Amino acid sequence: MSETALKDIIKPENLVYQKTRLMTDKPLSYCPGCGHGTTHRLIMEVIEEMGKEHETIGVAPVGCSVLAYEFMDVDMQEAAHGRAPALATAIKRLWPDHIVFTYQGDGDLAAIGTAETIHACNRGEKFVIIFINNGIYGMTGGQMAPTTLEGMKTSTSPYGRDPNIMGHPLKITELVAQLPGTYYVTRQSVHTPSAVRKAKRAIKKAFENQLNNAPGLSFVEVVSNCNSGWKMTPVDANNWMEENMFPFYPIGDIKVDGQLVK
Amino acid sequence: MGELKLMKGNEAIAEAIIRAGADGYFGYPITPQSEVLEYLMAAKPWETTGMVVLQAESEVASINMLYGGGGTGKKVVTSSSSPGISLMQEGLSYIAGAEIPILIINVVRGGPGLGDIQPSQSDYFQATKGGGHGDYRLIVLAPSSVQEMADFVPVAYELAFKYRNPAMILSDGAIGQMMEKVEFFEPMPRLSDEEIKARYPWATNGKPMNGERRILTSLDLDPQKLEDHNIHLQEKYRQIEETEVRFETLQCDDAEYVIVAYGTSARVSLKAVKLLREKGVKVGLLRPITLWPFPTKKIQKLVDQGVKGFLSVEMSAGQMVEDVRLAVNGKVKVEHYGRFGGMIHSPEEVVEALEQKIIGG
Ligand SMILES: Cc1ncc(C[n+]2csc(CCOP(=O)(O)OP(=O)(O)O)c2C)c(N)n1
Ligand code: SF4
Ligand SMILES: [Mg+2]
Repeated sequence: MSETALKDIIKPENLVYQKTRLMTDKPLSYCPGCGHGTTHRLIMEVIEEMGKEHETIGVAPVGCSVLAYEFMDVDMQEAAHGRAPALATAIKRLWPDHIVFTYQGDGDLAAIGTAETIHACNRGEKFVIIFINNGIYGMTGGQMAPTTLEGMKTSTSPYGRDPNIMGHPLKITELVAQLPGTYYVTRQSVHTPSAVRKAKRAIKKAFENQLNNAPGLSFVEVVSNCNSGWKMTPVDANNWMEENMFPFYPIGDIKVDGQLVK
Repeated sequence: MGELKLMKGNEAIAEAIIRAGADGYFGYPITPQSEVLEYLMAAKPWETTGMVVLQAESEVASINMLYGGGGTGKKVVTSSSSPGISLMQEGLSYIAGAEIPILIINVVRGGPGLGDIQPSQSDYFQATKGGGHGDYRLIVLAPSSVQEMADFVPVAYELAFKYRNPAMILSDGAIGQMMEKVEFFEPMPRLSDEEIKARYPWATNGKPMNGERRILTSLDLDPQKLEDHNIHLQEKYRQIEETEVRFETLQCDDAEYVIVAYGTSARVSLKAVKLLREKGVKVGLLRPITLWPFPTKKIQKLVDQGVKGFLSVEMSAGQMVEDVRLAVNGKVKVEHYGRFGGMIHSPEEVVEALEQKIIGG
């Protein structure tokens, strides 16, 4: 293609996609095909669209997304493993007009941080929790998570998760939906373009709830692949996720405007 | 100065927290300090100064609430007693690493384990030596009266913010529970959000309009950068050791022997000094007010001045005595005396210990 032809194409009216402004230029450290990066982008798009980048404080977890603060161009705090909801509780109570969110994996939110998660939800803290459920400990090399499915092989359940020995997978999202302090609870995924669009609507709704001072916490689970941890190609991992994760962790809203819908 | 009130140490500290312009208290009940949260809940400062008070689900949560709130530049505080402070050690390590100014109050009780609910000084190690993982320090102030419980709150805040470092008031169950007269400082107004933003550019409270976002973290995966960060921390700690040592001396000018004691032990030792002086023994008292930074140089001066022996009197099996020994560096005799597990020594026991372990030994 010649120089002139390119110039004719690169025009604002032809723009179909661009890097989210509130994502930094730092290359993402995630494995190709992983849902962490897409979910980061959706959060930053929502904050940008709400015009709240100067009034947002995010809390990063310990897990693969421990470096979320490197990629999200807003003020960020990095919490100890599982403690993000405690940090966010104080931030939101001390800056009630600001937008506050935590971003946590399943080990972070549903194992070591279960108490902080449940109590922040139960107190009805008015921030947003974004919860990446990939059924495994991605960061530490693929150990069993609280959300690991029955029979699923991980490095610490090498013959598959046996509930008699290792306990059952934890549906923490259904659990927090039962608490009076949660206002919006939903489960989404980001593995197809249409799923990404739906997830974005859910994340937007969660943040708008906070903006509107809704009486309670908004909780968005994103079921995501961990292709490295699952030892599959990204495509196989997404297929496996649809076949195995979605039946146990069904996609859709669980609680809307304080009312259970499922 | 303001009104004179008769109050428990724990209540005085709670009142001082409100008066010092604190923005948020986060804590979990434990004896012998539950009166702090009870006093704050009854005082309802959210209706007057706007201060937030929250009963957390655990000490793990409270200390992490301090990370979050302190990280936004607000003045936050928690209080607990020994078992609860042990639970906070993870959070304290992260807070020290991320350099967040916060205030922790420890009203110490007997240990180890669940121990008992009687006064003790056996948390000296976990207060002054770091306590959690990594190379870090807390600034530690040790009150020995209800008056100091109140007075040290603004002092601790000043130090915490000056150095972006966690500060601890290390008290004990006796001072927390006893009633004394206390004269309060005039209330200090809370800082406005704008004042906080102007004063603390490091605080994460919303990316500045024409500036870069702020990050608070204790993580750096590059070992060279983490070493550099540690060197910075150590330089800060040296500066604190140079400038912030606080202590009180009594009859040390002509002393041949010196008792080193803080908190409740210092009160008991005061009487012991009086009894010994009556017997003609030239003894003085050194009361460290900052346990870290420790008055090492003062002890060295006392050695140079001719002091022949030191007795570290603590309600523990001997913790501060290690710092006294490091300061004395083998030049003269240093011994420990103290009851522990929640027992408090009498002045007579201290007199006997000095006579036997230092003078006679
Ligand atoms: C107190 C503590 N215990 C253990 C670890 C080690 N660790 C780091 S990340 C992690 C699990 C993370 O899994 P998850 O939250 O599911 O996040 P993912 O990496 O899968 O996104 C563990 C156990 C730690 N950093 N801190
Ligand atoms: S290890 Fe798993 S969770 Fe971590 S970046 Fe790779 S795919 Fe994503
Ligand atoms: Mg995970």
